[in-house]
Amino acid sequence: MSVTPETTNYMIGGFVTFFVVFTVYITSLIVRWNNLKRDEMTLEELEKGKKS
Amino acid sequence: MNKKPKILLFLDIFSLVLLAGATYLSLNYAPMEVTMGNVQKVFYFHVANAWVGMLGFIAAGVAGIAYLRTGNSKWDIVEVAAVEISLVFFLIAIMLGSIWARPAWNTWWTWEPRLTTAAITEMIYLAYFMLRNGIEDPNRRARFSAVYTLVGSVSVPITFMAIRLFRTIHPVVIGSESAQAQGGFNMSPDMKVAFFFALFAFTILFIDVFWNRIRLGILQNKVEELKLKVME
Repeated sequence: MSVTPETTNYMIGGFVTFFVVFTVYITSLIVRWNNLKRDEMTLEELEKGKKS
Repeated sequence: MNKKPKILLFLDIFSLVLLAGATYLSLNYAPMEVTMGNVQKVFYFHVANAWVGMLGFIAAGVAGIAYLRTGNSKWDIVEVAAVEISLVFFLIAIMLGSIWARPAWNTWWTWEPRLTTAAITEMIYLAYFMLRNGIEDPNRRARFSAVYTLVGSVSVPITFMAIRLFRTIHPVVIGSESAQAQGGFNMSPDMKVAFFFALFAFTILFIDVFWNRIRLGILQNKVEELKLKVME
C-alpha cells in the first residue's frame, strides 16, 4: 500500500503565492487610481486658473 | 470621473466572497488526493488562474479586432486592461504549477510542451507592453498593439492544446488522460465541486478586476487629455 506524501508546505506555499501576488496587483491598481485622481484634480485647477 | 457604480461595488464584494468560498472549498471541502497529498489542492487555483488568464488574452484579441474595425480608442483601453490582468493571472498559474511540480515531478520546471508554450505566451504579452512603450503616437501605438494582440492570441489555443497534441508529462485532468502524464488523477464528486466553484469564482473575479482596470484606463486617458489642454 502506497503512503501519501507530506506536501502540506507546498500547498501553503501555493496559496500564499496566489494571495501575495494578487494583493500586490490590486494594491497597484488602487495606488495608480489615487495618483491619477490627484493629477486630475490638480490639472482641473490649473485649467480653471488658465481660463480665469 | 463618476463615482464607482453600485453594481461594480457589489461585484467587488461578491467576488471577494466567492474567492473566500473557493479557498474554503479547496482547503477544507475537497478531500486530500492520496498519491500527491495536500499539494494537489493548489490545482483548483492553478487551473482557475490559467483559465481567466487565457480568457483575458482572447478578450484582448477581440478588443484588438474591434479597434481595427472601428478605430475607437475605448477598445485600446479594453485591450490594455485585458492583457495586464491576464499577465498577472497567468503568471500566478505558472507559479502555482511550478510549486505543484516540485513534489509531483521532483523539479520546479521542465521544458515540456505545456510549460514551454505557457512561458512563451507569458513572454509574448510581456513584450506587448515593451512594444507600447516604444511608440509615442497614440493612434499608431493602438493600431500596432491591436495587430500584436491579434497575432499573439494564437498562442492561447496552442498552449491549451499542447497537452493534447504532444507527448507530455503534464496531466490532462479534463478529458482523456495521456499515457505519459505524471501526477494525473481522477476527480471525485467533492473535488469537482471545489474545481467548478473555483472556475466560477475566478471568472467573476476576472470580470470585476477587468471592469476596475478599464475604469483606470479611462481615467488615465482623461488625465492625458487634461495635460495636453493645460500645456496648450
